[in-house]
Amino acid sequence: MNLRKGVNRGLITGLAMSFVGGIGMVTTFNNKLLIDPILTMGYAVLFGIPFVIALISTKRVVLEGVEVEPHGAGDVLFGAVIGLVGGVMTALYVLLINAVDLTETFPNMGPPTVQEMTFHQDLYVGMGLLVLGTVVAATIGGTVRLIPERVRQSLAQGLLWVLAFAFLELIVEDIFEFAKVVTQFIYAQNGGLTVASATVIFIVSAALAYRFRGGASVLRQRLVGTDERGRSFPTKLALLLIGVGVVVLPMVLGGVVNELLINVSLFMLMGLGLNIVIGMAGLLDLGYVAFFAVGAYTTAVLTAAQSPTWNPELGWWGALAVTMVMAVIAGIMVGTPVIRMRGDYLAIVTLGFGEIVRILLLSDWLKPYFGGAQGIRGIPGINIFGQRISGVDPQLFIYFCIFFVGIAVLVSYRLLYSRVGRAWAAMREDEDVAEATGVGTVGAKLLAFVTGAVLASFAGALMSAKIGTVFTNSFDVLVSIIILVVVIVGGMGSIPGVMVGALVLIGVLGGPRSPGLLAEFSQYKLLIYGMILIVMMLKRPEGLIPSARRSRELHHEELTQDAWLDKKGQFSTDQAEEVPV
Amino acid sequence: MALLEITGLEKVFGGIKALQGVDFSIDEGEIVSVIGPNGAGKTSFFNVISGMFPPDGGSIVFDGDNLAGHEPNEITARGIARTFQNVRLFPNMTVLENVMVAQHCRTKSGLIGSVLRTPRQRAEERMIEEKAKNVLAFFGTRLAGYRYDQPAFVLSYANRRRLEIARAMATEARLLLLDEPTAGMNPRETIELTELIGKLRSERGFTVVLIEHDMKVVRDVSDRVVVLDHGVKLAEGSYAEISSNEQVIEAYLGRPAESETGE
Repeated sequence: MNLRKGVNRGLITGLAMSFVGGIGMVTTFNNKLLIDPILTMGYAVLFGIPFVIALISTKRVVLEGVEVEPHGAGDVLFGAVIGLVGGVMTALYVLLINAVDLTETFPNMGPPTVQEMTFHQDLYVGMGLLVLGTVVAATIGGTVRLIPERVRQSLAQGLLWVLAFAFLELIVEDIFEFAKVVTQFIYAQNGGLTVASATVIFIVSAALAYRFRGGASVLRQRLVGTDERGRSFPTKLALLLIGVGVVVLPMVLGGVVNELLINVSLFMLMGLGLNIVIGMAGLLDLGYVAFFAVGAYTTAVLTAAQSPTWNPELGWWGALAVTMVMAVIAGIMVGTPVIRMRGDYLAIVTLGFGEIVRILLLSDWLKPYFGGAQGIRGIPGINIFGQRISGVDPQLFIYFCIFFVGIAVLVSYRLLYSRVGRAWAAMREDEDVAEATGVGTVGAKLLAFVTGAVLASFAGALMSAKIGTVFTNSFDVLVSIIILVVVIVGGMGSIPGVMVGALVLIGVLGGPRSPGLLAEFSQYKLLIYGMILIVMMLKRPEGLIPSARRSRELHHEELTQDAWLDKKGQFSTDQAEEVPV
Repeated sequence: MALLEITGLEKVFGGIKALQGVDFSIDEGEIVSVIGPNGAGKTSFFNVISGMFPPDGGSIVFDGDNLAGHEPNEITARGIARTFQNVRLFPNMTVLENVMVAQHCRTKSGLIGSVLRTPRQRAEERMIEEKAKNVLAFFGTRLAGYRYDQPAFVLSYANRRRLEIARAMATEARLLLLDEPTAGMNPRETIELTELIGKLRSERGFTVVLIEHDMKVVRDVSDRVVVLDHGVKLAEGSYAEISSNEQVIEAYLGRPAESETGE
């Protein structure tokens, strides 16, 4: 065991725990019970740190030809050292903020934090418990590596499902609204899982994971192995299931969750649009929110009775047609001047354009038309079958969002495998060569900007109908950044990736102006966004679900190579031999 | 009339005169090699013809039109396609897609057609794929079958060079500019490619200009050889004439005793 490394990691642990406590995360997160009454989210985060750090630190890097020390008692001791150093450091930190009042500068470094971090006990008793807890968590983290891999993965699955059930409380309660018995068993009166249900969920999911380990990859293998016809049936079945789920789920879910899903779908729509611009065509656009604003304001002016100067009071669908035209014009206006720019320069200029649009809308000059800071109020909802549907009725409104997300998905997929999509891909890979191969990059770039703009304008039109008002501060640069994070975390160029990214980030953490599934996160949303972005860039830069195009090809490569080796029965250096397909 | 007629071509990079009044012409169906020592301006010559750099003087007349100052994609559409010295494919696209992209300037379907999958668009897609496969078939089984769906980055070096030629062919150009097509290939592959360059003309009707360092290839394929040195055309003529030209031997091959051609 490497003592120096242990102390080092322990200090990092102490720093991280002190930070989490000092910004008030423990206090805020303790309002959310995960397992009633033994575990709150604040403590889960606090003691999760030593656990995770010990877990990562005991991982062995296997290099060819280098002897690796096997896992053993050394790892346990290593974890304990990390826990001891980290725990003592955190305890001293608690002692410090108890003795020195820092609340003027750091409002959270005061008595409430001290109380939470000492478990509402006497100061020195609490400090002792804190050290003990940290040592235990880190020691467990160090011990985990000793467990056989299959058991370890099953336990991880169990833990994951317990956390999932605890986090998704709102959704599960909505789904089982008809059977109160179920929710009453799973969840305690004042939120969080009960000890009994947590145990059951853990055991059942761990056991299932143990039994069906690797089932998913076997299934995938079988699907990839079959030909087009063999694959089409499971694909159709999956599509059908998704379709039914999409139609039925909003009916089952309650107003709050549907409201949440509307926000998610707006960001999905914009994410898919930005994915065309960035993921497919490779144009880094940091002012994408401008097109969202164009969509929202055009709809507002055309439909609202209170629109300041000009109020034709069109129906929503009529306004949508005009909105599309406006988005095309906006796309060309932004696209034309930046057509000769690449990479960083393009990013800076588009960033500027995004702000210009917001500031223009806010300006005195355009105030008579767009209402300046007051924005435009009284936008009626979407008119259909003589009804007006707006955000007051999220259970119905969500279907419009689903409809437009569906359009965006269809457009994205069809473009991906078309002449236009290939031109974009070529341009993204090597712009000079694309030109020399006959691709007119000016036209292709404008087309990407325009397509992205139209999809964002749909999101804008939906948002103005949902909220009923538009203000300029819904369109600041933060929105552009968050859409970009959704695309990057999900996987650039990957359509399902972007959708999952929106679900995870906007759904769980919350969008720039809206809370997510866990309201406790809202205060720390940007911090967590930043952390996720850093971790993703370091560990998985291709995104949660990498672009389908590439992963399929890579997989195909393995399969054909295997088939080829099977046939040859030996290795050959000449790759150009004929190979069975 | 010549297919490509270049007169007084100039290109200056800062203080360096890369091309100083180069005259060049090629007839339909000819294969011409451009040779010269490193830094002679061969690749600049290609870059200017293909429109990647605008010329600073002179005229480039292709099939009756002056191409000087046109965008590279317009020049490709007129019928001049090229490959690169340091192979430049679209590495993350598949082999088939790499070739299909090259049909861009010959096809029309746009955004709306692609989204709606109109019958015309689908017919066009089928045609693009067919033509791409036809072009790849030129290289036998090397780029066919299971290779279609492989990303270009998994290909071997020689196959990348072949794919680049295929991509240039698929633009349906009349004139191909091949920049060191055999560089980095082993002797067997070089012989094979030399035959293919001949077939480019005899089977597919291309006119070819190639930059080449391998004198055996130059000897075997070219009708005519043009020698560039310091941006100036030093000599022009058949391989036999060039290989015995005193000036060329001095500038390019060194002194006769060291001549690598062994002629």
